[in-house]
Amino acid sequence: MLQIEELKVEVGGKSILNNVNMEIPKGQTHILFGPNGSGKTSLMMTIMGFSGYNVTHGKIIFKGEDITEMPINERARLGIGVSFQRPPTINGLTTRNIVEICDINHSADVDELAKELNFTDLLDRDVNRNFSGGEIKRSELLQLMAQQPDLVLLDEPESGVDLESIVVIGDTINSLLGRQIKCPQTRPHKKVIGDHAKSALVITHTGHILDYITADRGQVLYNGILCCSRNAREILKWIREYGYEECVRCSNEKTSWI
Amino acid sequence: MFKRENVLDINIENYNVDATDHAYVENLSQIESTDAKQLLDVGVDIDESSRIGTFIQKDNSVIHCKTRRDGIEVMGISQALEKHAWLSNYMWKNISPDTDKFTLQANKNSHGGYFIHALAGVKTKDPIQSCLYIAKEKFSQNVHNIVIAEQGSELHIITGCATAPNLVSGLHIGISEFYVKRDAKLTFTMIHDWGEKINVRPRTAIRVEEGGTIISNYISLKPVGSLQMFPTTHLDGKGAVARFNSILVAGPGSFLDVGSRIVLNAPDTRAEIISRGISSGGSIIARGELVGKVAGIKAHLECNGLILNDGLMQAVPELSGYVPGVEMSHEAAVGKIDQQEIEYLMARGLDEEEAISTIVRGFLNVDIEGLPADLKKKLDETISETQKEMM
Repeated sequence: MLQIEELKVEVGGKSILNNVNMEIPKGQTHILFGPNGSGKTSLMMTIMGFSGYNVTHGKIIFKGEDITEMPINERARLGIGVSFQRPPTINGLTTRNIVEICDINHSADVDELAKELNFTDLLDRDVNRNFSGGEIKRSELLQLMAQQPDLVLLDEPESGVDLESIVVIGDTINSLLGRQIKCPQTRPHKKVIGDHAKSALVITHTGHILDYITADRGQVLYNGILCCSRNAREILKWIREYGYEECVRCSNEKTSWI
Repeated sequence: MFKRENVLDINIENYNVDATDHAYVENLSQIESTDAKQLLDVGVDIDESSRIGTFIQKDNSVIHCKTRRDGIEVMGISQALEKHAWLSNYMWKNISPDTDKFTLQANKNSHGGYFIHALAGVKTKDPIQSCLYIAKEKFSQNVHNIVIAEQGSELHIITGCATAPNLVSGLHIGISEFYVKRDAKLTFTMIHDWGEKINVRPRTAIRVEEGGTIISNYISLKPVGSLQMFPTTHLDGKGAVARFNSILVAGPGSFLDVGSRIVLNAPDTRAEIISRGISSGGSIIARGELVGKVAGIKAHLECNGLILNDGLMQAVPELSGYVPGVEMSHEAAVGKIDQQEIEYLMARGLDEEEAISTIVRGFLNVDIEGLPADLKKKLDETISETQKEMM
């Protein structure tokens, strides 16, 4: 689904990502760990194509197409969706308006989606105006539910969220990714999942989100390099036990070994 | 470069104060079609179904005037002065004729204006519509309007101002004195569509008594030569409230110097001024002045400006507090559209142009209280058109 090859990115002339290689196959959820400032959000912004993130080397391939130079909206139309950590407020534009914009096929029931996300009361307020951490996440997920992208990029879905919200957020992410565990009604589970499972890259600093969603793989970004790629829970255990210092040691080890 | 001084200096001698009389029409459908279209654009409902009264003045003649509701008076000011001897006490009470050359002119060569009066306790849901229209070339239309909302009444007025489509030059001077008595509520929505070379000088003062509320909405999306106004509202009684919204667009050649001053003279009074302006080649000076005279008042001013093309967008927020215990604040922001907002919408699938127009439409989409559905729809359409013209 997503392939990143030898990606080097500069922000304001400063090198942020050095040689990132990554592959997210169809239907898989990958977790991206990393200490603050390691370049996690920059990687996400580069995948989406935001200005200010200059690709100096390498390429990004999505659904077999080289999207490295593609405008943001074309990437969105091709099937990439992103949940931002600090989205901007837009004067006079309500969350309902933006959810309708996301819903290209006009197939979503906005009020129903809002109800599931416990968002009904906020639907007709300006998007992101004075939203709490949890409200921002729910608003972002509401937009993604309407957009139904094939690759979902989630930036710190658990940060600034109270315990009550995180359950709803976890459920919604699972449902968005086609990985919800709900009693299979008339159809067997494999048919419920079928081809609907979406790919995802979930950025997390703390890893708390792993208590609510399932993951196929974890990666650690440190100093602009992916220094570790293995089972996500395993990585989390290491980080919880030893902090990111161990990742630092690993990546230093690698460099000196080369 | 656009020079402010050139615009502001108007030579009154260049305009005529005489105009031929226009015939009165019994029914709005009899109005000439070219005029009728202009009226529609500023919110006049020709079939009057959702309006309880209408006042239309063309140049110096009242061409239509009626009210369908007991307890509501709508008439020309000269007729009103004949009918009510007491009304002269309300004329020039808050604005001195020698304020400036425009007030002098309005006092010397008056062409009428409207009188709208809600008797005590009379509450109207549907609005009264009024329109001041200039059709004669180089005419200086000088009007004096009085609105009185008596104790406990509720009055909603929509006033549109426009000119004949082929008019090149004209001057409009409007003296307006509004009185909102105890526990009364006045909602006043003004929509301007003047014309590229028309100069407009409204001079307005409003007095609000205890428990009274004034809501004023001002909308100017179409080109205007120059417009300069700074209405003053005095909140004189305990708990009086004033809310002012304005939506301004200045295309090339338009000059708008628009603001409002609210003086909070009594305890527990509240005031809010919200102004949104877009300069797309023209100039906007958006002023706001809040004056807190006693403790226990609250006032807030918000002024946002977008610059789409070269032009001037100047926000001038002023707060004056005279005693401790006043609570006053302002926010002002001027700039271009935030790239982050554009890209946020692009990430949801809009192309850059669609994203910008969505942001502009949102920016102008100030929630206007008490707007009838037909006018709200009309306004949304106008905003869409304006936004397209700006791009």
